[in-house]
Amino acid sequence: MAMAAVRPTANLDEDRSQRDPWVGRSIERVEDAALLSGRGRFIDDLGVPPGTLHAAILRSPHAHADIVSIDIESARLAPGVVAVLSGAQVKVLTTSLVVGVKAAVECWPIAIERVRYVGEPVAVIVASDRGRAEDAAELINVTYRPRAAVVDPLAALASDAPILHGGFAGNLASDRSFRYGNPEQAFAEAAHRFSIDIRYPRNSCTPIETYGVIATYDAAEDVFDILANFQGPFSIHTVISRALKVPGNRLRLRTPPDSGGSFGVKQGVFPYIVLMGAASRAAGRPVKWIEDRLEHLTASVSATNRATTLAAAVSSDGKILALDWDQVEDCGAHLRAPEPATLYRMHGNLTGAYDIAHVKVRNRVVVTNKTPSGLNRGFGGPQAFFALERLVQRIALGLGLDPLDVVRRNLIAADAFPYRTATGALLDSGNYQEAVERALELGRLDELKARRDEARAQGRLYGIGFTAVVEPSVSNMGYITTVLTKEERRKAGPKNGAQATATVALDPVGGVTVHVASVPQGQGHRTVLAQVVADVFGLKPQDVRVNTEIDTAKDAWSIASGNYASRFAPAVAGTARLAAERIAARLVRIAASQLNAETADIVFAGGFVASRHNPENRIAFSRVAALSHWSPGSLPDDAGPTIRETVFWTPPQLTAPDEEDRINSSLCHGFIFDFCGVEIDRTTFETRIDRYVTMHDCGTILHPGMVDGQIRGGFAQALGAALYEEYAYAADGSFLTGTFTDYLLPTAAEVPEPQIIHMETPSPFTPLGAKGVGEGNCMSTPVCIANAVADALGLPDISLPLVPAKLAEIVRGPERAPPPGRSAPPQTARNRDRNLHGEGSTSMQAAPKEVWAMLLDPDTLQAVIPGCQRVEKVSETHFRADVVLGIGPVTGRYRAEVRLTDLEPPRAVTLHGQAEGALGFGRAEGRVTLAPEGPGGTRLHYRYDAAIGGKVASIGGRLLDGATRVIIGQFFAALARKTGGGTDAGPTSWLTKLTALLGGRR
Amino acid sequence: MKPAAFDYMRAGAVGEVLDALAQQGGDARVLAGGQSLIAMLNMRLAKPSLLIDIMRLSELDRIEEKAGRVTIGAAVRQAALLDWPRLSEKLPLVAKALPWVGHVQTRSRGTVCGSLAHGDPSAEIPLTLVLLGGEVHLRRARRSRTLAAKDFFVGMMATACADDELIEAISFPSQGVGRCAFREVARRHGDFAIVACAALATSDGVRLAVGGVADVPTVRQWPRLDGSALDDALNEFAWDLGARDDWHATARYRRDLVRAIGRDLVREVLQ
Repeated sequence: MAMAAVRPTANLDEDRSQRDPWVGRSIERVEDAALLSGRGRFIDDLGVPPGTLHAAILRSPHAHADIVSIDIESARLAPGVVAVLSGAQVKVLTTSLVVGVKAAVECWPIAIERVRYVGEPVAVIVASDRGRAEDAAELINVTYRPRAAVVDPLAALASDAPILHGGFAGNLASDRSFRYGNPEQAFAEAAHRFSIDIRYPRNSCTPIETYGVIATYDAAEDVFDILANFQGPFSIHTVISRALKVPGNRLRLRTPPDSGGSFGVKQGVFPYIVLMGAASRAAGRPVKWIEDRLEHLTASVSATNRATTLAAAVSSDGKILALDWDQVEDCGAHLRAPEPATLYRMHGNLTGAYDIAHVKVRNRVVVTNKTPSGLNRGFGGPQAFFALERLVQRIALGLGLDPLDVVRRNLIAADAFPYRTATGALLDSGNYQEAVERALELGRLDELKARRDEARAQGRLYGIGFTAVVEPSVSNMGYITTVLTKEERRKAGPKNGAQATATVALDPVGGVTVHVASVPQGQGHRTVLAQVVADVFGLKPQDVRVNTEIDTAKDAWSIASGNYASRFAPAVAGTARLAAERIAARLVRIAASQLNAETADIVFAGGFVASRHNPENRIAFSRVAALSHWSPGSLPDDAGPTIRETVFWTPPQLTAPDEEDRINSSLCHGFIFDFCGVEIDRTTFETRIDRYVTMHDCGTILHPGMVDGQIRGGFAQALGAALYEEYAYAADGSFLTGTFTDYLLPTAAEVPEPQIIHMETPSPFTPLGAKGVGEGNCMSTPVCIANAVADALGLPDISLPLVPAKLAEIVRGPERAPPPGRSAPPQTARNRDRNLHGEGSTSMQAAPKEVWAMLLDPDTLQAVIPGCQRVEKVSETHFRADVVLGIGPVTGRYRAEVRLTDLEPPRAVTLHGQAEGALGFGRAEGRVTLAPEGPGGTRLHYRYDAAIGGKVASIGGRLLDGATRVIIGQFFAALARKTGGGTDAGPTSWLTKLTALLGGRR
Repeated sequence: MKPAAFDYMRAGAVGEVLDALAQQGGDARVLAGGQSLIAMLNMRLAKPSLLIDIMRLSELDRIEEKAGRVTIGAAVRQAALLDWPRLSEKLPLVAKALPWVGHVQTRSRGTVCGSLAHGDPSAEIPLTLVLLGGEVHLRRARRSRTLAAKDFFVGMMATACADDELIEAISFPSQGVGRCAFREVARRHGDFAIVACAALATSDGVRLAVGGVADVPTVRQWPRLDGSALDDALNEFAWDLGARDDWHATARYRRDLVRAIGRDLVREVLQ
């Protein structure tokens, strides 16, 4: 229908502050009163249905292993337990989650016969409370047969790599090549070729609130009613209902009023929605599960890590003529929906902010033994721009140019918008040149250069980095189909667009209510929507109530609904404006008839609907709004309904991938230009941000305070990615950063205040001219800081996070040797290699023969292993033991096996030990040699390799190596004591060491 | 992340604590701030059958000066010691190191003696106690004993405190006039120290203590040193500490910091 141009005007006798539009002002957030006074309503705060049970999840300690057996009987009989589900039970109640590529591969929310990453669910225990569920989890006896693991994406491609899934070609889930323009010719003819290899690490923007699900299965209606702090996209609703084996209209998915942050991460709650749905069905009662922090860091979801080789064909003046991308994307152990979207989200933007005509791309997606990846703030941007912007710096170095000159030479011209990139994106608007010059001036680059020169003159390590990126927003729901060939796409049917929904309703006394399906996670959507709609109706924001909860059984929603891809301001807020304008246009007709005025003469302002020419001729907004309820018969015939209007809006620019694989992957493109000065401390190699300047053009700004808040928040998380954060894995797949002691988030003390500069080039494609702004710094800042640090240290290559010890390792010369007469101690552990190596010796007051006999004697072993409950002699050289290790606070029950090989009685033997328990597992292999010493004595020497995994490795990395060394030393010390001997083997404590494994502080 | 079931006892007298420890020994844990213990319970790293809360015992919540020593009871919170008006005068090194212990929030709950009991090799309070020649006062049902700090820490997270013993207090000798300095390197403010160093000028030279590298806080005493002699001494010390790699730092990085920060601190206090 035609839309009347209705704008509030300033012709009424009102205070000026009430006449200006609300949009564009930093009004107080309607959300804050509740959030700042502890009245937020998060999922764990909400009441649950009577009889609700609580779930705990038993998770894999192994990165890759077959589940030989799983015994749940003791757990099932434990106090308070109602149901225990292993993979087999879940498999009966659900079907596999759909996988985003065409391959015969299944994806379950729980391990089926095999575990593929540390933290993968192995069993769900449902009990009267969480504590009892966790008690019972410890009674589940799982026998694993470990397999070799692979954690590196390039290693996963090797022909001899351990294979995770039978249905892929090796570990390769997808391999697509693309060609745009004539890259081969450009490379052949270019004066220069530059290339860079990048390893982008794994990290995540971790929310304060973890995942939560309350699932109720109603057997009478065959309906799942599930409350979860899921953030969308609601395309996943189809994945969930299919997995739960009900049609979509029998999955009622609801969200709580508040959510404690998401940053993409809470998209990943969906496998748990399936799991808890199945658990509720099995238990016959509602089931609640709140993820704990260890679970979250270990196994929720992660951004992808990526190995990229990027080459550029460059003219001698620094113009980039062509790019050649080779990206290997690591999605972890399962390809969960919507992956491999991280790789394709940026497909239209592989040329960044630059005018580059020829592009070649090879995109490979691999699976490795790590937590499956998913949505995360920046989503593909950090990985892609790190390569592109590092390459720009390298080009500048190679050509002897200022990096800024290379940036300037390649930026898209201001008169070229809307600009179609080589790979298909339609960049909506911008003036990148003006933005850069404005940032340099307001950000005082000259002064920063002077600071650098002064610092360098004093011998300090100081560098400056630059980045220019585009920030895409409002994802095309069809971009992910670029992973399919055009034939596959044709077969699957077209996918494109980005339906946004908004509903505006007027109640019988003229109150305005807005509902959207944007699922805010703390951003302040309700405030901005109140501003937008208040402006249309000439009201105050407090006159407009906004509800952002979702109930898929009752509310308007579509697959694109949700909180991701920075779609709120450009898409959702604009759609709310359209819905309000539709109602306003009808109210104009009603008011015109009531006021005997022309419709073109009607304006909304100050709570009235009035004649522009005769402001005294007016009627209260509430009266006009109420007429449709109280007196529909008196309305003019052409007025149309005004009670409630829902608008579905999808931008026509978001078309499906074309035959040449060009894809307009996002609707809007903001522009960001950052530069920063950093100093590296010569002693500690810590990076200090001297000044950080970030220029944003995100189109029309709806709420300046919130825009700056988004920039600051993104900057803080990006600083974390640059300097601190990594989901670290050992070579054997052990997960090493399971607590915030090891996964380091920057805090207020670490985050400097960036200088934020704005420019507004409205988007012609969105109703309000707004573009997204939430993710940009996650894309620009990590590489900007890396460029500055590389500049400071003169490094050609640099990888994140910029850990001081790692920088020191690269920059420093050889270490000063130990004092004369002393050799360097053997390294006890190497980075990421969980095989700890060590040795020691001890004296015994018994002859080698006697010591030998003791080593082979179950009774002695029982005596020297503290906490040993029972030793079973399986054969002369094979023992089984139940061991409770623990002195002081730390206790754990372990099942241990000891085997002896390479026996050379009474001189040498190799001991193989392994132990598995609730705290994790350990494997050790040690060569023990016995030599006579003095009269009737023995010198026992041992050398070992040990590996520890599971929970202890995830939470105790800081002290694990030392603790292992002490524990092994303890075994032999105890043996020595048994013979009445002394020991050189360390202090008198046992697994107290594992106290350390915790991150808790004093 | 819920603890296994345990009994909780809020002690009304020290005698009750000692009786409970005598009866339950290793199955009981003293709760004194809980900034490490509660997290361990939640992680199920520790499953004591009894928690004995000593925080209502006013006789343990005292900071006392007598006979040239400052005695700090088992229930004194780190924040309370930091707020003690005479801290900078009597124990300037402790005044410098305490702000590095965790964060404001953890210091407002955590106790001075609790940090000692935990025995973390990176902890600042044990480091200062060892450097200053402090003592640990242990008590059990029928007898008390006092250990020098250097004998109290026997290994990583391991102390000489027996299962049935309560750390009743620690005491520092008042520091006198010797200059002191403290410096720590951690990844972020409040993190576990990668290297923590404290130095104290003595009548005949200097003492340097290093935490975060060896299994226990470790002290060296030297005569007045400078130049290459100081560098040689620091190099030997750095190698002797047996540094290890972990996720946040390499052994080499730790040794480098011991050499560099050690030199800075020794020079600072000997100025």
